[in-house]
Amino acid sequence: MSAEGTAKPDAAVVRDALGVGVAVGLSGFAFGVTSAGSGLGLLQTCALSLLVFTGASQFALVGALAAGGSPFTAAAGAFFLGVRNAFYGLRLSQLLAVPRALRPFAAQWVIDETTAVTLAQPTRRAARIGFTVTGLSLYLLWNLTTLLGALGAKAIGDTDAWGLDAAGPAVFLALLAPMLKTRTERAVAGLAVLLGLGLLPVLPAGVPVLVAALAAPVALFVEGRRIGRTRRSAPDGTEEGR
Amino acid sequence: MNTWIAIGLTVLGCYAVKLAGLLVPAGAMERPLVRRLAALLPVALLAALTAQQTFADGHALVLDARAAGLGAAAVALVLRAPFLLVVAAAVVVTAGVRAIGG
Repeated sequence: MSAEGTAKPDAAVVRDALGVGVAVGLSGFAFGVTSAGSGLGLLQTCALSLLVFTGASQFALVGALAAGGSPFTAAAGAFFLGVRNAFYGLRLSQLLAVPRALRPFAAQWVIDETTAVTLAQPTRRAARIGFTVTGLSLYLLWNLTTLLGALGAKAIGDTDAWGLDAAGPAVFLALLAPMLKTRTERAVAGLAVLLGLGLLPVLPAGVPVLVAALAAPVALFVEGRRIGRTRRSAPDGTEEGR
Repeated sequence: MNTWIAIGLTVLGCYAVKLAGLLVPAGAMERPLVRRLAALLPVALLAALTAQQTFADGHALVLDARAAGLGAAAVALVLRAPFLLVVAAAVVVTAGVRAIGG
């Protein structure tokens, strides 16, 4: 948090960062396979990992395209998933104090994993090392395994027979699980599932996910009203339910 | 061509929001409501995407081997398995159920 907390050995920071970078970097293989299985070419698959480099958005994009969504709804879903990175950047720019000239380059590494490692560091030096090592190891491995996965998918043939179409939703679930901390988050997730599945048969591909995103503002609105109501009237304890 | 349009838009959009976070002065996005919405938006999208990619076949809802795979992933998550193992569990169980003929 502060610029000078308790010092942490550089080697320990590097070890933590590599642990995350290598583990998550390897899952680029699942993306490469999924993307190729969704009908994207080798160049398209690799371009996504090199240039988008934020896993959830990449999986969402190829999934939406495979389902027959228009390029615009598919890109919109991927974009909205990427918006959280802006808020990570906000925290990181304070912690890392990135020089202005380096910001366009550092920006590409502002993702879930680098943020998690960087926020866990006690000093600015450790934060900078953590961010750089996680970013570099993850970027290199993610792109290498994407390439291998895309090549492997061609060799495998029918990726569904190998259960690889379950990799995408499993990645989403693994990212989602730690976010479900309070009742509001669980309510948002539940409402989004209902909207996403319920509207699937009636709306064009890709659109139901965008409508499901409305669960977030709806939950905030309901939450705000509930807080307002409990403030105004004395709570009688019976309205605990939902 | 459509695929390249989607890729191009996603590349530009995702890079722009990453860069915005590093460039925008802290005050602009620090409003509690905006922060809260940014935290909840991925929850809604990820939940909807998980459900769709598990139960959707085109415009139809189906219950097939993927559901068993996702169940395995959920169990792995409850057991605090590492990220890669969670994905592997889903893939292996889905393939296994398909091989058996589910």
